[in-house]
Amino acid sequence: MNESSTITDTVRNRTASAIELQDVTKRFLTPSGQAYTAIRDVTLSVAPGEFCAVVGPTGCGKSTTLGLISGLERPSQGSVQVMGQPVQGIDPRIGYVFQSDAVFPWKNVLNNVVTGPLFRGMPKAEALALAHEWIGRVGLTGFERHYPHQLSGGMRKRVALAQTFINQPQILLMDEPFSALDVQTRTLMEDELLSLWSSLGACVVFVTHDLEEAIALADRVCVLTAGLGTVKGIYRIDLPRPRKVEEIRFEPRFVQLYHEIWEDLRNEVILSYERNKQRI
Amino acid sequence: MSAISNASNAPMSSPESPAGPSPAVARRRRRIVVNSLRVGLLVVIIGGWELATRVGIIDKFFWGQPSGIWAQLVTWATQGTAQGPLWQQIATTLEETVLGFLIGVVLGVFFGVLLGRVQFLADVLGPYIKAANSLPRVTLAPLLAIGLGLGMQSKVALAVILVFFIVFFNAFQGVREVDRHLLANARILGANQRQLTTQVIIPSALTWITASLQTSFSFALVGAVVGEFVGAIQGIGLMIQTAGANFNANGVFAAMVILAVVALVTEALVTALERRLLRWRPSSVSEVTI
Repeated sequence: MNESSTITDTVRNRTASAIELQDVTKRFLTPSGQAYTAIRDVTLSVAPGEFCAVVGPTGCGKSTTLGLISGLERPSQGSVQVMGQPVQGIDPRIGYVFQSDAVFPWKNVLNNVVTGPLFRGMPKAEALALAHEWIGRVGLTGFERHYPHQLSGGMRKRVALAQTFINQPQILLMDEPFSALDVQTRTLMEDELLSLWSSLGACVVFVTHDLEEAIALADRVCVLTAGLGTVKGIYRIDLPRPRKVEEIRFEPRFVQLYHEIWEDLRNEVILSYERNKQRI
Repeated sequence: MSAISNASNAPMSSPESPAGPSPAVARRRRRIVVNSLRVGLLVVIIGGWELATRVGIIDKFFWGQPSGIWAQLVTWATQGTAQGPLWQQIATTLEETVLGFLIGVVLGVFFGVLLGRVQFLADVLGPYIKAANSLPRVTLAPLLAIGLGLGMQSKVALAVILVFFIVFFNAFQGVREVDRHLLANARILGANQRQLTTQVIIPSALTWITASLQTSFSFALVGAVVGEFVGAIQGIGLMIQTAGANFNANGVFAAMVILAVVALVTEALVTALERRLLRWRPSSVSEVTI
């Protein structure tokens, strides 16, 4: 299953890939004035409609990768292409679900969900109708007038999902979106995400530190190395769809894949742990 | 911002109902004790003051006398002041305060947001604003009286200047403190620069701005009254000034009582405004009331 870090098999449809990172390096300037390399020479491509999970230990540049694809950040070296075109600024075809609560606390649920279409110039009546529809789809009907602080963490995540999906993104970036939720809510939300995704047909880059979550959701899992984020390995997940997240964990194939990838990931986690220990 | 005026207020915490009515009773008992002590304290201070002046420990010519202050208030209310009816003096000071407050807030928010958003402007103007802020600005009162005359403008201008800096620094800081995830989210959702300012940055900075409104209002009042000290035709500040010049200690105190009442009433209004602006925030578990 290990396709090795050169990922030659995706080269055949390079022109058709939705996201294409070619030898991308990103350096930041730390407050003390030193350059800090978040990711180095990352090459990754995601096909249209594909669900790709990116796993790696903390601080391996997972969020940076998403920032580059979204256009919020610019690469220091290399090229980032979305839908065959280099990324210049923020592409309207992109949706981004953040790790922390990024819903607007001063807007109620309805106004949060309707934000995107209104920003993009949709007539108000039309946008509101669409927002009601999406609030229904994520199961928040009846909570339109509630403010985020009146909702549970899981419900706020639903608001965030509706807020993102209402724009019908063709590329969906998710940065550890469910990491703050309890395990039960999380499984529910993962299922919710899979069903929303299957109706949308977008390609997804899903960043997580949870290997189980990655395998349960994705078509492909990309493991990043500790420290200088480079691609360590890419694994195809050949589990059938539609999947039920709470059941798929017990399938023999799932367990087999998990063992295979964990062997690779474990070394990186230990490395990252040792490095952090030295820093302290 | 939302167009909904009456969202249900946080049904998160239901009133606790432990066995027995003891907490409610205890709370009521505590309130009775607090209130009676408050009244008692007032009686002791006012009564002691009155008594001390009558016995002669305190000279009522210099330090006034509660009964004299009350008599002065009654005289002003029934017969008017030296400058005209009492309500007119209050109205004048109030008008100056409110105008100064509103103009100062608008200017402060505008420039605070502008400089918060445009780093270049902040770099250029930063030192001058800091320098201006470090000056005791009430010293501008005589200058304003010369330039703008003895009418209302000079007082409004002083109030504006005092209010501006407070609101400005809060708005500026508020803009700087906007959660970068919220900004990133809004940009991804498709916000342009103008939408980013009006829909994310200003609502987010409102927490900081509203925190400055109470202080700003008191400073607007200070501006109006100090402006009237320096030179005016009407107003509570002028009443204080006149009373002081005539060695009328009771008059000074009486005007101060009026000012206190005015300040308390308007403060309540500002608090109501603050609540309205920050409706979306979780109400704190136990509000401390003083």
